[in-house]
Amino acid sequence: MGSNPVTWLGSPVFPKAAKAALADTQLRRNLRKATHTIRDKRTRVVSELPDWEELRRAGEAIKDDVLSNLDTYLERIEAAVTARGGVVHWARDAREANEIVLRLAREAGTDEVVKVKSMATAEIGLNEALEAGGIRAIETDLAELIVQLGHDRPSHILVPAIHRNRSEIKEIFQREMAEKPVSDEPRELAEAARRHLRRKFLSAKVAVSGANFGVADTGSIVVVESEGNGRMCLTLPEVLITVMGIEKLVPTWQDLEVFLQLLPRSSTAERMNPYTSVWTGVTPGDGPQQFHLVLLDNGRTDALADRVGRQALRCIRCSACLNVCPVYERTGGQAYGSVYPGPIGAILSPQLVNDMHDKQAASLPYASSLCGACYEVCPVRINIPEVLVHLRAEAVEAKGRTPESVGMAALGWLFADARRYENAQKVGSLARHLAPSGRISSLPWPGSKWTSTRDVPTPPAESFRTWWRRNRG
Amino acid sequence: MADARSVVLGRIRRALADRPAAAAIPRSYDVTRPLGDLVELAAERIADYRAEVHQVASADVPAKIASLLAARGARRMVGPVDLPSSWQVDGAEWLIDSPSLTIDQLDAADGVLTGCAVAIAETGTIVLDGGEAQGRRALTLVPDYHLCVARADQIVGIVPEALARLEPTRPLTFISGPSATSDIELDRVEGVHGPRTLHVIIAT
Ligand code: SF4
Repeated sequence: MGSNPVTWLGSPVFPKAAKAALADTQLRRNLRKATHTIRDKRTRVVSELPDWEELRRAGEAIKDDVLSNLDTYLERIEAAVTARGGVVHWARDAREANEIVLRLAREAGTDEVVKVKSMATAEIGLNEALEAGGIRAIETDLAELIVQLGHDRPSHILVPAIHRNRSEIKEIFQREMAEKPVSDEPRELAEAARRHLRRKFLSAKVAVSGANFGVADTGSIVVVESEGNGRMCLTLPEVLITVMGIEKLVPTWQDLEVFLQLLPRSSTAERMNPYTSVWTGVTPGDGPQQFHLVLLDNGRTDALADRVGRQALRCIRCSACLNVCPVYERTGGQAYGSVYPGPIGAILSPQLVNDMHDKQAASLPYASSLCGACYEVCPVRINIPEVLVHLRAEAVEAKGRTPESVGMAALGWLFADARRYENAQKVGSLARHLAPSGRISSLPWPGSKWTSTRDVPTPPAESFRTWWRRNRG
Repeated sequence: MADARSVVLGRIRRALADRPAAAAIPRSYDVTRPLGDLVELAAERIADYRAEVHQVASADVPAKIASLLAARGARRMVGPVDLPSSWQVDGAEWLIDSPSLTIDQLDAADGVLTGCAVAIAETGTIVLDGGEAQGRRALTLVPDYHLCVARADQIVGIVPEALARLEPTRPLTFISGPSATSDIELDRVEGVHGPRTLHVIIAT
């Protein structure tokens, strides 16, 4: 791998990792149960809203506005946060962000920080960097705690321990906790996590969080969560450090009315998640009296420069695309070798790494059957298949080789059990992407200003249609 | 060496050299919606998250508070500094947050009683903004039981209506049911770090 910790050092290319994951039948059972549960729930709560498609279009447009004026909005949030008593830091890359957080934690005179689940800090390998600097980072989200105590890696954006079932979690807790859970009932395991973390919360001096949204106009930061561990971290410590990717902005407070509807229903498949916290700088007498906002680039500006790929920066990390992906369901998240697995990982991780000579990153755009299910559920309408195709072409170009040798043009082995390939009917949606001329000239879904500017060549790879014809018989 | 701020801003300006013009934002989604009786809907949706909801006439709120606390055996109750005196019912000791209660005092209490700023019927959400009868955020976080009083006129239909009523620079907490997790096999269980029991009184 390159210098960007978004992909894990020493991870095998996707096809290799996927083959190993496929052999693990327990893993496949856990994943299948979990992804099907949540996708069915999502369908139900989404169908409750008569204006869902309008919300998606607004969400897409708001995020495109943010991206096309990103410099303006970043300067605006910086001014707003500063005016309300916060301190804004800028970080070019993972190393710089980690140094900032380490320095701030040291200045606060602590050797321990509590953490709210955050993709940005996972992406930059913050915990390891703090550890190396003599500061312990304690994950407080239940799933992150399971991963941390299991000395494991995350496999899902929303539920990083989705690959573990209750009895595996009980074993991890029994091994690692002073007060051991007595059964594998989810209620008892949640109670064990409460006991384990309670004192930490009540005495922590420094907390580190990510951010779901930052409002450019007002400087308000939003964290969406379920367990109350987020509220604990955001409320009780004296110092709060928030690491936020530069693309996480919305222009105005009003814009949140769109995302506070899109995110919970796409993510946990609820009408609303249990807790959403919003704070602006420092409020005297309420919450942390020192607030630091770290604005993180780490490859995002490289993605922004790619006219087709930049739409990946609209992502609000809801994880809906993972839960509907037939490839993810079979391989699990760890096979992607990155904190961002599934369809979004397949387009975001290689762009953040920005080095198609990195074999592992270059194999990720092949981790898809291009069935299109991810695009259909994405609350900000990211055309993931389009970006996959575009990145495959880049990977091929970089290698000067055939896509087969890059990775996995043919996913046939992944779906060897064709009867269980329940998304077969989705194949039609790919056919609609591909014009007979072999160019993707006009995409079937309107609205993407980014992509209508030029023709996108279809990859010189075996198309999914030919793969399908060859493999289904 | 240039500072990180100007480097990142410079990278952004170069990345946007194609001058992508964002289209106007289509705000054709609903900003209000006819939902019938908002009190009924709020009660139903809040209860969906396994919070207990009680609808009572305004004049009966103190009696309802007293009976709920008695039923739980909640004796040491936390309240914000401007908690209405009629809500500080007999039968409980009232720990008022003035001077500020310590975290250990909050942790040792049986529960907290507050009002709210807004409630959203469609999603079953109550929103606290640190305003009238709510206090600072730690009060409704550390005690294991939260009893919240929402007036009927604080209930709106959908999310955009709620945001229009809120002041974004106040510390806000949106609460939809008690603390919960779905991290184990995606089964939802109530009760992790936030208050494990939420009761809402809707005063009509
Ligand atoms: S790409 Fe879309 S569906 Fe996938 S996590 Fe991001 S916002 Fe959600």
